[in-house]
Amino acid sequence: MKFWIGAGVVVAAAIGLALSPVNEYFFYASYVVLTAVVLATAWNILGGYAGYVNFGPPAFFGVGAYAAVVIFRWLALPLGAQIAVAALMGGLLGFGVGLLTLRLRGIFFAIATVAVIFIMETLMINWRYVGGATGLQLLRPEVMAPFASYTRMLFVVMAVMAVAAVSIARYVQDSWIGRGLRAVRDNEEAAEASGVPTLKLKLFACTISGGLMGAAGAPMPMYLSFIEPASTFNLSYTIAALGSAIIGGMSHWAGPIIGALLLGSLQQIVTVTISSEVNVLIVGVLLVLFVVAAPEGILGLFRRFRGRK
Amino acid sequence: MIFSFDLLFEAVLFGVLLGCFYAAVSIGLSVSFGLLDVPHVAHPAIMILGSYCTYIVSGWGLDPILSGVVLMPAFFVLGVLIYRFYYETFERRGTEAAVRGLAFFFGLAFIIEVGLILAFGVDQRTVQAPYIGSSLALGDYRIPYRMLVAFGVALVLTAALTVYLSKTFTGRAIKAVAQDEPALRLMGANPVRIKQWAFGIATGVSALAGAMLIIVGPVEPAMDRVYIGRTFCVVVLAGLGSMTGTLAAGLILGIAESIVLMMLGASWAPAVAFGLLLIVLGIRPQGLFGR
Amino acid sequence: MSSTLLSVRNVSKHFGGFTAVNRVTLEIAQGERFGLIGPNGSGKTTLINCISGALQNEDGTIVFQGKEINRLAAYQRTRLGIARSFQIPRPFHTMSVLENLLVPSAYVAHLRDSEGEARAMEILAGMGLADKARAAASQLSQVELRKLELARAMAARPKLLISDEAMAGLSGSEVDEVLKILFSLNGQGITIIMIEHIMHAVMRFSQRVVCLDAGKIICEGTPASIVQNPDVQRAYLGA
Repeated sequence: MKFWIGAGVVVAAAIGLALSPVNEYFFYASYVVLTAVVLATAWNILGGYAGYVNFGPPAFFGVGAYAAVVIFRWLALPLGAQIAVAALMGGLLGFGVGLLTLRLRGIFFAIATVAVIFIMETLMINWRYVGGATGLQLLRPEVMAPFASYTRMLFVVMAVMAVAAVSIARYVQDSWIGRGLRAVRDNEEAAEASGVPTLKLKLFACTISGGLMGAAGAPMPMYLSFIEPASTFNLSYTIAALGSAIIGGMSHWAGPIIGALLLGSLQQIVTVTISSEVNVLIVGVLLVLFVVAAPEGILGLFRRFRGRK
Repeated sequence: MIFSFDLLFEAVLFGVLLGCFYAAVSIGLSVSFGLLDVPHVAHPAIMILGSYCTYIVSGWGLDPILSGVVLMPAFFVLGVLIYRFYYETFERRGTEAAVRGLAFFFGLAFIIEVGLILAFGVDQRTVQAPYIGSSLALGDYRIPYRMLVAFGVALVLTAALTVYLSKTFTGRAIKAVAQDEPALRLMGANPVRIKQWAFGIATGVSALAGAMLIIVGPVEPAMDRVYIGRTFCVVVLAGLGSMTGTLAAGLILGIAESIVLMMLGASWAPAVAFGLLLIVLGIRPQGLFGR
Repeated sequence: MSSTLLSVRNVSKHFGGFTAVNRVTLEIAQGERFGLIGPNGSGKTTLINCISGALQNEDGTIVFQGKEINRLAAYQRTRLGIARSFQIPRPFHTMSVLENLLVPSAYVAHLRDSEGEARAMEILAGMGLADKARAAASQLSQVELRKLELARAMAARPKLLISDEAMAGLSGSEVDEVLKILFSLNGQGITIIMIEHIMHAVMRFSQRVVCLDAGKIICEGTPASIVQNPDVQRAYLGA
C-alpha cells in the first residue's frame, strides 16, 4: 500500500510541477532523467533479476521511437497510441532476440543484442519514409491544456511511464516469477532441475523489458521534434541503462531509480561544466569500479552499512 | 544495379583479401573467447588502441607493420595484467560472474573508446607507408598494395599462431586447458598461468592487428563497435576454439561483405557481420568446426 | 512384483566423436533402491543427465511411468516426478535455505508460499536442517549443502530421486547421516537411484546394482555378486 501512495505522490508532484511556473529547462532535463529511469528499470528485469546482460537498449528504444514516427506519419494517431504500438514493437523485438539466443549462454545473447542495434540502425538509415540517414523533422500537434508547453506534457507522460515501469518491475520481483528468475540467475541448471521453465521465464522477462524500453522511446521524436538514426541508436543508452542498474543495485527495483537519478544529475553537471565525453568517461569508470568492488550497488552498500550498526 | 561477372570476380577477390584480414583481427578473440571463455567484448577496443599506438610509433619514423611488431610485447604485458585482474576478481568466485564479467569488459571498452576520443579527437587517423596509396595492376583489376600487405601479414600471423598452438608445448597446454582443466591440474601444470600467457598472446596479436587496421584504412575511436560484430561473427562462425575455422569464417565474412558492398553500397556493408552472426546463432551456434 | 517406474532402452549419448553412454538398457522398479557404480568417466553422470533431461540422448528411449519422456525438457520431467541432486552442490546462493526449497515448491508442487513454507520446514526438519532455514545458502558447510540438495529435490515431490554422489568427500558419520536420510525417503515410497563411489554405502543401501564402464553396462546384480565380479574389479583397479 505504501508503494501506491508513493506512486500517487510522484505523479501528483509531476503534474503540479508541470503546471507551476518552474523554468522550462527543468522539464527538458528531467525528461532525459525519467527516460533513464524507465530504461534502467526495464533493463534490470532481465539483467538484474535473471542475470542476462542486454547491451541493446538503443535498439529497443529506437524501435519504439521509429514505430511512433511511423504511426504518427501514417495514421496521425495521438501519443497514447504511439506508445502502445512502440511497446508492442519493443516487446516483439525482445521476444524475437530472446527466442533466437536465450537458449544459449549469456554472452551470445549479449552479442546478439549488439547485433540488433546495428541492424536496426542500418534498416532505418536506408528507409526514406522515416528520413533515412539525414532524419526527419516532425511537427508537434497542438498542446494539450492545461499544460503550457508540449515539453511539460511529455514530462508528465514520462513520469507516469516511470511509475508504471517501476510498478511492473516490483510486481515481477515480488511474485513467483521473480523467484524463478532469481533461481535462473543463481544457478540455471539447478533451476531447470527444480521445475522452473527457464527458457519461458527468460523470454517473458526479455519481452517485458523490450516492451518497456520501446515505450520509453515513443515520446522522444516529439520531445526533439526530430528523429535520426545515429543519435537514436547511440550506445550511450546502453551505458545509461546498464550503468544505472549496476551502480544503483540490481537486486531490487529501487536500485535502477537511484542509479538513474545519480547518473542523470552527474550528466547534467559534468556535461555543462566540462564535456559530454568526460561524463561518459566518468560513468565508465564508475561502472567498472562498482562491478569490481561493489557489485551489489549503492543499495548493497547501504544495506551493508546498516547491517554493521 | 548492373550485374557483371567482372564486378563479381573483383568483389570476390577483394573479399578474399578482406576476409583474411578479418580472420587475422579475430584470431586474438579466438583465443581469448574461443579457448579461454573470457567474455572479451573489449577485444576490438584494444585493437583500436593498438591502431592509435601504431599511429604514434610510426609517427616517429618507423614503418607501420614494424611499429605493430614493436608494440606486441607491451600489449602482451597488458593482456597478462587484464587477465590476472579478471581472474582474481571474477572467475575465481564463479557465481554471478557472468553479468559482472560482461559489464566489466563493456566498461573497459567504453573507457578505452572515450579515452581515445579525449586524447585524439573524433577525427580519423591514418598512417603513411610506401605501400599505402598505390595499387598492383593484375590485368583489368587493381589491387591496393596495402590490402596485399595486410593479407600477407594476416596469413603469416594465422599460420604462426596455429602452428604454435598445435606444435609447441605451451601451445598444446593452452588447448588442453580449454578442453579439460582438471586433468591439466592433475598433471601438475598451473592452469591460471597458462591462461594468463594465452590471453597475453591474444592481446599482443591485437597490437599487430591494430597496425594492420590502420594500414588498411583510416581509424577512429568508435570503430570498435562495428568490429565487435566482425570479430565475434568470425569467432562464432568458426566455432569456438578452432583456429583453422577462423580463416574459413573470415573468408566467408569478407566475401559476403564485399559482395553486399558492391551490390547495395557502403550503408549496408557493416550490418553484414551482425546479420551473419545472428543467422549462425540461430541455425548452428556451434559454428563450422566447434568443439 | 512392483511395476516398472523407469525404463531406459538402448540409450546412447555422443559428444562429437566420443561416446559417453553406449546403448544402456535398464529397468527400475517402483520403490526400488538402485545403485549405479563405475570408475570416473564411465558415463554415470551423463546417463543421469539424459534421464533428468539436462542432456538429450541421441538414440534410444526413456520411459517414465509408461510415458516416453525423450522430448521433454528437464523442468517438465521434474514436474512429472523425476528429481535429482547435483554432484557438486548448486544452491541458489542469494537465497536462504528455506527459499531454496520454495522454488520447486512453487514450480512443481504449485504451492503458495504459506503452504510451501510449512511443507519445506517439515522436509528440513527431517534432514536436520530446520535451524538453518533462514540462513543464507552460501553459508552452509559441505554436508549441509549436500542435505540441502536432497531437501530441494524432495520439495519437488518426486517419485524418483537420483542422488548423484551425495556422499563424496564426507566423513564416516556424515555418510551415515545422509544414508539414513535416503533410507527414510525410500521408506516413504520414493524410488531412489544412488550414484556413489563409497562402496560400503552402495552395498548397504542398494537392492540391485549396475556397474558402468566406458559407457557400457558391464555387470548387473545384487551388491554381493557385483563386488565379486572380475569385470568390475578390473574396471576399478585397471587391467
